[in-house]
Amino acid sequence: MKDNWESVIGLEIHVQLNSESKIFSDAPTKFGSDQNLQACEVDLGMPGTLPVLNEKAIEKAIKFGVAINAEIAEKVGFARKNYFYPDLPKGYQISQLDDPIVGKGSIEIQLGDQEIKTIGITRAHLEEDAGKSIHDLFENETAIDLNRAGTPLLEIVSEPDMSNSEEAIAYLKKIHSIVCALEISDGNMSQGSMRCDANVSIRKKGDKKLGTRTELKNINSFKFVEKAINFEIKRQISCLEKGEEIVQETRLYDATNNTTRSMRSKEEANDYRYFPEPDIIPIQITSDQIQRIKNELPELPDEKKERFINELGLSEYDARNLTYDLGLADFFEKTLVNIDDPKLVVNWILGDFSAILNKFDVEAKNSKVDAVKFAELLTYLKEEKISGQATKKVLENIWENPDLSVSKSIQDLGLEQISDDNEIEEIIEKVISNNPDQKEQYLSGKDRLFGFFVGQAMKESKGKANPKLVNEILKKKLV
Amino acid sequence: MNLETLTLQEQIDGLREKKFSSVELVENYISVIEDKEDLNIFVSNDFEKALEKAKKSDGSKKSQQDVPLNGIPMVHKDIFCTKGIKTSCGSKMLDNFYPPYSATVVEKLEQAGSICLGKANMDEFAMGSSNETSFYGAVKNPLNIKKTPGGSSGGSAAAVAANFSSFSTGTDTGGSIRQPASFCGIAGIKPTYGRVSRYGMIAFASSLDQGGILAKNIKDAAIALQCISGYDSKDATSIKVEVPNFSEDCESSEFEHVVGLVTDLINSFGDEDLSKNYGEAIERLEKLKIKTREIELPNLELSLPVYYVIAPAECSANLSRYDGIRFGYRAENVENLEDLYFKSRGEGFGNETKKRILIGTYCLSSGFYDAYYKKAQKIRNLISSDFVNAFKDVTSVMLPTTSGEAFDLGSITDPVEMYKQDIFTIPANLGGLPATSVPFGEKNNMPLGIQFIGNILEESSLLNISNKFQLGEK
Repeated sequence: MKDNWESVIGLEIHVQLNSESKIFSDAPTKFGSDQNLQACEVDLGMPGTLPVLNEKAIEKAIKFGVAINAEIAEKVGFARKNYFYPDLPKGYQISQLDDPIVGKGSIEIQLGDQEIKTIGITRAHLEEDAGKSIHDLFENETAIDLNRAGTPLLEIVSEPDMSNSEEAIAYLKKIHSIVCALEISDGNMSQGSMRCDANVSIRKKGDKKLGTRTELKNINSFKFVEKAINFEIKRQISCLEKGEEIVQETRLYDATNNTTRSMRSKEEANDYRYFPEPDIIPIQITSDQIQRIKNELPELPDEKKERFINELGLSEYDARNLTYDLGLADFFEKTLVNIDDPKLVVNWILGDFSAILNKFDVEAKNSKVDAVKFAELLTYLKEEKISGQATKKVLENIWENPDLSVSKSIQDLGLEQISDDNEIEEIIEKVISNNPDQKEQYLSGKDRLFGFFVGQAMKESKGKANPKLVNEILKKKLV
Repeated sequence: MNLETLTLQEQIDGLREKKFSSVELVENYISVIEDKEDLNIFVSNDFEKALEKAKKSDGSKKSQQDVPLNGIPMVHKDIFCTKGIKTSCGSKMLDNFYPPYSATVVEKLEQAGSICLGKANMDEFAMGSSNETSFYGAVKNPLNIKKTPGGSSGGSAAAVAANFSSFSTGTDTGGSIRQPASFCGIAGIKPTYGRVSRYGMIAFASSLDQGGILAKNIKDAAIALQCISGYDSKDATSIKVEVPNFSEDCESSEFEHVVGLVTDLINSFGDEDLSKNYGEAIERLEKLKIKTREIELPNLELSLPVYYVIAPAECSANLSRYDGIRFGYRAENVENLEDLYFKSRGEGFGNETKKRILIGTYCLSSGFYDAYYKKAQKIRNLISSDFVNAFKDVTSVMLPTTSGEAFDLGSITDPVEMYKQDIFTIPANLGGLPATSVPFGEKNNMPLGIQFIGNILEESSLLNISNKFQLGEK
């Protein structure tokens, strides 16, 4: 970004709550069933049907509010948000306007070594999800799938407190880790359990007043949030530098072309004609209920992070990254049951283990190598029975062959580390005698050739030689 | 014996004493109904199924307690969803709508053993006071076919008056049970908001709609009301309280009454006939030695404008679901989605419905919400508190049901004049209060009605005073 501009970002995150039934009907919320089989007459908005509030959704929303130290409303009322769209069966969405269940709160984020930054949360309110329009199923016709209609959503609205896409991602990841820790959502972004709209504006550095914002819709992965925001920041700056004005509008992120395009301007925006939902009488939330939920709160990501730092000696950086993904944190703790070396385990979990999860797009809880096996593998490494290189190979091998034991895999791949002094001496003597010139040069002061001999010895042992021993013995022999 | 002229109580007794069978009852009604087709009371009927059910009822071994209305024929307003049976709500929009579920009221009456003969014509989406807004044409008043039976439950009222059944269901958003009951010379009750489930009752204005009963007299209305009342987990606004024994309470001598009167207000209309009938009603109370007390309802006159903001606002949202996508009327040959919306709604809704959707949409629009909807809600609260204050001193309030008798079909063309029909009935809806209409007096050979408004959930007391009043001096 050019120096004289700064960007201001706020996020609206829609979190699908994982209640078994919908927010206003008895129909199940499970993802992935055949079209329209999980929609009852209430979800279809059929004449005479009425919404009945699912108390579980209220509980889950309060949980979130309590977790971010927010005010919880005493009275929770719903409102109708009116607009026409084929996948909105009633022609209005039951949402909240004046009495959001969760009021002002905040969370903390941290990037690299930078200072902790507090991101304000304006509010979080409950509403029902719409169905889906499917445009590519029939030629010239649109199909409607109402399975998703009525799924409970918690819309979390942030203050415009973020200054770049990295902060936005950190905020989004933090919210993700909180809702997962609270077990109020499965947090599955690819299935749409978490969706995000971003409000982006640009202003001159130092300006107090916010610039005109655009709202980016349809961003449904961490990666796209970053790309969409970065694209939009560039676009707005280039507009401003050309002396153009930013138009307040809703823009759609197009992941295929990594661009944003105008969806509708402010003038075309819907007048939602909100009014209190007469079919649902406002409900009272008691301080007892809030206290009970507070008492039942599980360990939150920040608390886990502190514990990892204070009790397990992890670095702030490692602990933070580990607790972004509670599946990883959980895997980490399960691994520690069988190997007491937090530092070693966290390095491998954030390194090669995460890489393999990403490669196969699998969550830690569904890892094909379980924590027991993983601990066994790392024990081989810790006891110097195999090298780091070999550990990586074995990890891949047992991932692809889940029935294979760690020891069998090491055997199959012939990766058992050579830690026998005599065997290594033999290898080293061979290497030295094969390279008399290099030996001369080394002895005449070319110290860096020591590495050359280590490499040759490792190569000769097919990577199996214990590098520590190779070093020790080489030092003795090269005289 | 003319079975069709019997009251509900007489039919229950007769069936129990085996003076006649349910099949005979149903057959009798069918011949009357077929005879009087011109009244345009039914939108649909299923006589075959009714006869089948009657046969079953006659052979039923169930106790009177389990099926209090065993074998009793009745009529539903076509606003109540009936599983597998067309439910049109008086609209072209739903002329093809066969709901896959029944309204709670329908289920309850089925469980009570009653037999539905047919679905009664009504103003489109219950918006009207004369039955003239129905897609199926107006119902004719059985007492004089040139007159309106009232609305919106015009078909239900006419059904009872024309001896199509001894009672029928209706709904009342601003007077839609009481006004037609008054016009057709029968009794009607709109219970407390939340007493009867609204599930499966097609919504007009959700915060005002309430299902109820039209019958030949208050006692019959009490019997039927008993069967449809009670908490329903499918309606979040239904009230979780025990249902009293309305039919017993209706005739009990336990109730003490102080009837609130608004003589000055009635006289302020300057309508001699209106004042006269109200005066005669007071005289009847005095003769019955029932205590009365003049009260004030200072905001009563604001009811009409408040209602015509709130009801259209709610209806504008409630009727958004009729978009031609999932059910109901769908226009042919459309260009695109917007065209589908415009044409389906343009062709599917009648003028009165469209007018109210427009009014409601306007009242809720950005910039107008505070001036209309919010203000109307505030005044609604004022009107409610007027009643709360009144009920500190009285047990019910007596008002005329309507300002006049049934008018000629087609005679009222000014919408505001038509809306004024509801001036005395709307306050009970705004306050969620139970109210009855009892036949009393007449004008131009047409019946008039007197209305009693009770306190929240005090239907027992309300039915009791209404019954006493209807029976008059012994």
